[in-house]
Amino acid sequence: MADKLIQTIPSPIKSRRFFDGNMIALLIIIMVAIPVPLLLQAGQESVAIRIVIFAILGLSWNIMSGFGGMFSFGHAAYFGLGAYTSSILLVNFGISPWIGMAAGMVVAAIYGVLVGWLCFRYKLKGTYFALATFAFAEMLRILVQSAQAVNASVGYNVPLIKGSSWWYMQFPAGSSNYFWLGLILLAGCLLATILFARSKTGKFAVAIREDEGAASSIGIPVLRYKLTVISISAAMGAVAGVFYTQFYLFIDPDLAFGAYRSIEAILIPVVGGIGTIWGPLVGSLLLAPLNDITAAILRNPPPFLDFMQGQSGLDVMLYAVLIIVVILFLPKGVFGTIKDKVKRR
Amino acid sequence: MNPIVSVEHLSKSFGGLRAVHDVTFSVEQGIVLGIIGPNGAGKTTLFNCMAGLFPPTSGTVHYEGVDVTGWSDAQLARAGMVRTFQLMRPFGSMTVLDNVAVAAAARGANERESLQQAWEILQQVGLDHYATRTSKDLPTAGLKRLELARAMALQPKVLLLDEVLAGLVPTERQPVIELLLSIRDNGVTLLFVEHVMQAVMALSDKVLVLNHGEMLAYGTPNEVVNNPEVVEAYLGDEVRNADS
Amino acid sequence: MVSTQTTASADSAVSRGWQLPPNAKPILVAIAIAILVFFLAYLRTDGSSLILTQALVTGLMAGGVYGLVALGLTLIFGVLHVINFAQGALVTLGMYVTYVVANDLGWNPYLTLFISIPLLFAFGALVQKIMINRSMGEEHANTLLLTLALGLLIENALLLTFGGNPQSVRTGQETVYNIFGAVATQSRLIAFGGALILALLLFFMLQRTSIGTAIRAVASNPTGARLVGVNTSRIYVITFAIGAACAGAAGTLVAPIVSITPVAGEVFNITAFVIVVLGGLGKVLGALFGGLIVGLAEQFGGILFPDQSNLLGVFIVFVLILFLRPQGLFSSNS
Repeated sequence: MADKLIQTIPSPIKSRRFFDGNMIALLIIIMVAIPVPLLLQAGQESVAIRIVIFAILGLSWNIMSGFGGMFSFGHAAYFGLGAYTSSILLVNFGISPWIGMAAGMVVAAIYGVLVGWLCFRYKLKGTYFALATFAFAEMLRILVQSAQAVNASVGYNVPLIKGSSWWYMQFPAGSSNYFWLGLILLAGCLLATILFARSKTGKFAVAIREDEGAASSIGIPVLRYKLTVISISAAMGAVAGVFYTQFYLFIDPDLAFGAYRSIEAILIPVVGGIGTIWGPLVGSLLLAPLNDITAAILRNPPPFLDFMQGQSGLDVMLYAVLIIVVILFLPKGVFGTIKDKVKRR
Repeated sequence: MNPIVSVEHLSKSFGGLRAVHDVTFSVEQGIVLGIIGPNGAGKTTLFNCMAGLFPPTSGTVHYEGVDVTGWSDAQLARAGMVRTFQLMRPFGSMTVLDNVAVAAAARGANERESLQQAWEILQQVGLDHYATRTSKDLPTAGLKRLELARAMALQPKVLLLDEVLAGLVPTERQPVIELLLSIRDNGVTLLFVEHVMQAVMALSDKVLVLNHGEMLAYGTPNEVVNNPEVVEAYLGDEVRNADS
Repeated sequence: MVSTQTTASADSAVSRGWQLPPNAKPILVAIAIAILVFFLAYLRTDGSSLILTQALVTGLMAGGVYGLVALGLTLIFGVLHVINFAQGALVTLGMYVTYVVANDLGWNPYLTLFISIPLLFAFGALVQKIMINRSMGEEHANTLLLTLALGLLIENALLLTFGGNPQSVRTGQETVYNIFGAVATQSRLIAFGGALILALLLFFMLQRTSIGTAIRAVASNPTGARLVGVNTSRIYVITFAIGAACAGAAGTLVAPIVSITPVAGEVFNITAFVIVVLGGLGKVLGALFGGLIVGLAEQFGGILFPDQSNLLGVFIVFVLILFLRPQGLFSSNS
């Protein structure tokens, strides 16, 4: 310590390059992921796609609640607004899902800002804020469910086209293009997260999360940045919704706005690591294949589990146990815990 | 010379409780003003009104000749009137450097500038050793400096310091006092609420005494100390505190 | 100096005497909304007072049970600061306990309260001790997800054991009563009365017994309670156990009315949150009254928006309360 004091301390300010560690990691991930669909067997592709959808949804939640500290329990709203906006435009007007996606992002962002503004105006925080977002998402679900104008509880089927089209985001079943399309979207969301985390907005968001009063006292316009963060997160959630609809070719009020979607959005970053860039991706890699693995086990159970064959419920039980184990033993998530361990060395 | 801050007939009530009543004073640029008074005298409330945490019930605050009554604390901070907190409030998960840089960025500096300035300020306040540590790992004295460093990053013209010496042992106080003096020498006006009387007397050009939300006295330290009303209010309170 | 203080307090006393209390306005607004809703419902039904009476009776009956579930939830929140998302699943668990004991052992369904309450109490204590306790004071998200996962675990364990087909509890002859022209079945009346009695018993337990005092002490100031010798971790266990027991009792009380499925409790989950916010997080009597209000909101929502889910009315009340009075209708401080 003493000799440290005498030394002049070198400035810790490194010239920040555009291609920092995170960017390089992103490039590597993309490179590794591109050939994946060529290696997968039939049927495994849907797992890969689910990883992508989960990751985008998780990244979206992570922006608002991980970095921004505004606990969202209604992320289904953004997902659903994206899915519905693009479906309506596509089914009724034949508009490309790309444009639908842009429109969905805008609609979700507007909704997010509106709800957020209402909540902050009335000073809802923490638990109350979470419950309010939940209530608004549920109201959306109930309203959509009974609105004939948007097909009520029937939902939308994406009209099938012949052949494959990047413009209409539609490919023959089993086409690798679906995965590559998802990869493009996921890479975009990861890039957005990296840029967000190092941007002024990202820094302000973290400052506000840590101490709103102190952030305001140093001149950060708290409300404006909170709403900005929500709108980024909402737009990202809409992307997940659009891609979901285009892959499964179907959406209904429960799939879009159901509470389970909101829970999914929370689980992914929690398992991976809240408020970290890579947490949601790690979380989705762990969570998305889980259903398939348990389903596979149950279809062909090892001898000691014979009695389970054909029984439903076990898959979700395993899921629940995994969540409990992760939260109890890795409270910072898988990636978050590893990151902490590495840092401490 | 025009005063940089002037407060006129400022009052603040919470429900039926009058926390601050009809306070009027003004401060010239480069002055150090100490605000003292017994516990519950309304010092922090006065500060919070001036810093924009909540608007006064009545009365006005002018800063650089502009009526800033009702401005938010963030607006005032960007305009150069910045407050610090009695209980240190760092952005815990950020590094010490980022804590300061984010304040510079809030003022409008770009990333490079804000990091550079943050680094210079950390050297000035003696926190450069801790620059890359997370701020929640700092000891109390370090957090006090960080609180100051963050305020300095906004290049303030007026600093409102709430009990900046509280919680420090006497040996830790002197460096902070010297730091405050160097800030003042750069032309920054300092308003500070303080309990450590010795520091108030040593630092202040003017002293404002509050009692039960009202202004009891305003003048040089010597005038104030010799004011019989002040002695009665202050010592009376001290004696009562000692009794309990 | 002393005289100044007296004047100040006298001032505020006078002003309080002449003006409405500062928290009265939202309550007046709430009453005004309630009257408006009633009036609109009257118009909507073309002045059929029978439908309105029926809605009132059905709403209050359901609301009593909602209140009991919410009571457990609000107690857990007030003391542990944990939002228990497994509350609905615990209600389901209570239903299945009654289903098994009543149908297989031939007990009167209501007597199974003597099994479901202690069983759920023990289960709640266990869950708090081995799960919730470990992640208290951590990230907000963690306890929420723990209880969510617990709920999923319970529901799917039930699905695995009993399958997804709806089950029902055998009851004897169902008597129907007439209340001001509206009808109510005996089992609904028992559920309502039972919920009310249990809630009041719990209320008096909290007010009058030493364990109740300790629970209230921990709720208002855990550090202080610890300083005066309260074993706070024991109180946390007991409180969670009581909360679970409330859910279990509610499950038993409604078991003869509802069709029992592994997700039958979920509706109680959602309504319980609304009630807890309505009554003020941590307020016991607030939960009870909130339950009645939500029961009514459900019925009147059904009249006003016949094409929508019953829950819409509940959520509208929820959002209104959040914005008008986030601290709840029944708490005095802001």
